Amino acid sequence: MTATLESRHLPGDEPAPTGVPESLAGLRPWQRTMVSLLVALIALSLVRQISGANGLTSSGTIGAALRLGVPIAMAGLGGIFAERVGIVNIGLEGMMILGAWFGAYGAWMWGPWYGLALGMLGGAIGGLLHAIATVTFNVDHIISGVAINIVGGGLARYLSVVAYDETSGGSATQSPPRKSEISTITVPWISKGLESLEGRHWFLVSDFAGIVRGATTNLSLATVTAGILILASAAVLWRTRFGLRLRSIGENPYAAESLGVGVLRTKYAGVILSGMSAGFGGAFLSVVQASIYREGQTSGRGFIGLATMIFGNWRPGGLVAGALLFGYSDGLQLRAPAAVPALFLLVTFICIGVAAIQVRSRRLPQAALTSAVGLAFLVGYLTVDELSDSLAYCTPYVVTLVVLATSSQRLRPPAAAGQPYRRGEAH
Amino acid sequence: MSSAATRPRIDWGGVAISVASPIVALAIAMGLTSVLMLISGLEPSVAFNTVATRMQESTAWIDAAQQAVPLYISAIAVAIGFKMNLFNIGVEGQYRVAMLTTVAVGTSVDLPAPLHVLLCLAVAMVTGAAWAAIPALLKVHRGVSEVISTIMMNYIATGVLAFLFSEVFAQREVGDLNPKSKILPTSAWMPNIIEEGLHNLTGFIVVAALLGVAYYLLVWKSRFGFQLRASGANPTAAKTAGINPRSMILRAMLLSGAVAGLVGMPQLLGDKHAYSSDLQLGLGFSGIAVALLGRNSPIGIAFAALTFGFLDSAARFLDLEQIPKEIVTIMQGILVLAVVVVYEVARRMKQQRTQERSSRVLEFASPEAANA
Repeated sequence: MTATLESRHLPGDEPAPTGVPESLAGLRPWQRTMVSLLVALIALSLVRQISGANGLTSSGTIGAALRLGVPIAMAGLGGIFAERVGIVNIGLEGMMILGAWFGAYGAWMWGPWYGLALGMLGGAIGGLLHAIATVTFNVDHIISGVAINIVGGGLARYLSVVAYDETSGGSATQSPPRKSEISTITVPWISKGLESLEGRHWFLVSDFAGIVRGATTNLSLATVTAGILILASAAVLWRTRFGLRLRSIGENPYAAESLGVGVLRTKYAGVILSGMSAGFGGAFLSVVQASIYREGQTSGRGFIGLATMIFGNWRPGGLVAGALLFGYSDGLQLRAPAAVPALFLLVTFICIGVAAIQVRSRRLPQAALTSAVGLAFLVGYLTVDELSDSLAYCTPYVVTLVVLATSSQRLRPPAAAGQPYRRGEAH
Repeated sequence: MSSAATRPRIDWGGVAISVASPIVALAIAMGLTSVLMLISGLEPSVAFNTVATRMQESTAWIDAAQQAVPLYISAIAVAIGFKMNLFNIGVEGQYRVAMLTTVAVGTSVDLPAPLHVLLCLAVAMVTGAAWAAIPALLKVHRGVSEVISTIMMNYIATGVLAFLFSEVFAQREVGDLNPKSKILPTSAWMPNIIEEGLHNLTGFIVVAALLGVAYYLLVWKSRFGFQLRASGANPTAAKTAGINPRSMILRAMLLSGAVAGLVGMPQLLGDKHAYSSDLQLGLGFSGIAVALLGRNSPIGIAFAALTFGFLDSAARFLDLEQIPKEIVTIMQGILVLAVVVVYEVARRMKQQRTQERSSRVLEFASPEAANA
């Protein structure tokens, strides 16, 4: 069996329609992004006005979205590093578990920053294991990843029994609390100044104020660090010689080899960097979001990270957008569960928009299906008052599915991702 | 002389490599686990002695077989997907959804014993297939990777089941810390075929065996199985030969889901007889490891399931010796990794042997060419 996550086109399929309306086709990418963001904000604001669910764009929700988006973004960054050297990394979840465990250990013994560093080291160990299996021994990438998830979970539980059981505040499934907290920063003028504006609940203006406030109030320095790490990774991958070599291996390792690139060495570097990113994400969960390590803390964040990587077309910019989307849906169900049904209305709006595009491009059966889905969500919005906690828990996972199902199919994964490579065996 | 060299002979060296591979993998797994125990200040010999002593008791094997049955079913479900390059990580969610539906249907009908059990199994299979249909349709129509979508479906199952159980099915009694659904009538219980004190083995071992035979016949001896393996081995060639890849994906995924629906049945019909909050979870994930270990073969999976079942049932005896039973999970994970690594190395060794043999044969066939 060959490992791929991106069998997006079955053999013989006609190229998928792009789904981009012609009116946007002439714009530059960044302009297109700005237009999409503006449309999204207007839709969100409209939904908030209609439903009265002010939690949708409150600074609390946005702050939570940012905090919850960081681990997913870091896991996704791990995915990018691995797939750009041609290694599919489904073991991100296991590496995150290791990161969370080692992070909590470091934060408990020495302090939170040591925790983050140790968490990266823990993730790197998982990455090294994956690299040995997939690069040196050419094991199927998905099989190795699954094994790493099993080993990561088992190792974390075993280490908890050994290290945390019989400590004060710790047990076989959780660590004692961290020594101290990572300090937060608040941009002085903006946060105070926008507070009253956000409280007015004006159309668009208050939503904008809420989002800016959420991003500038009680911002953890760890979140800032994550942002810097993502920017730095993007710069290294797309602006340095090392990055170019790394990406070339993901596209065609034999061509890279013929130009004298150390393919095996670079593959190891990519997969270990992947583990470090995932480890940071895991450590962020235990050190920053919670104050302890708890079993099951990652609950699929590694896999969601992979999904955001696909959504983001294997690029950091798209990845960050995806991670924020998932962080947002997660933050909403945690901070403002009453606002979750309002999302149904948003889905209705999205369906109307998609159906309109489909009608324009004469795909009527699809348009009918999209309208039916939109109608179902509208009925849901009108009948459901409050979602029970256990159903609201599903929000980020449902959003992941919906986004993957509706996102553009013009995605382009690294050409050699998932392919076995053996030195000197070009054909 | 040349006739002796060209006659096909059994390559004993190759056979030795095949036989040695699993043993080497087990040795590697034991070695690495020992190192881990030594690092954390535990004595590995105590652990291995405990397991070895346990191996000599007959009740240990009853327990191991009882544990192995759901693992076997789960691994077969995963293996059906593997046979056509589909990775069904959603067995976990599929069997849990099937358990609740089966309880819902099973408690509301009245039937004679064998029919009631059969109805429950049928309901479980249909539900498992239905839950698997969502990722299957998403893959066929939207190209969504089943690896991601089945994992998402697992989490969605967790939320939906928690909701349905607490709001609809749980029978609340005062002071009950472990809420249960209604209990299935005895006509829906699967009888034990071996009972020895507290250790028992239910009739599900027969179900598992039948499933293994059916899996073998379907995948290796039927037209559908041929198409399945062909699509898995080379989708482009299969399509050229007139096999519709979309329909194959859909059918393989539904079949895998239907088998996955049965994974929870030994627990439900053979042990707990009700849906409760203390069910054994994680069988779907263990099934993946067992399928990999057993290399998708019905016999191989049986050995792998028995190994995992034995390790699981021996785990609690480790706890009595002050050795954390979690070491078993680590050992299982390392075992999977070690097995695939060793098999890959063995494959290369065999390949090299074949090449050497054929070049030797060529030398015999044309000595002038070899001398030239």
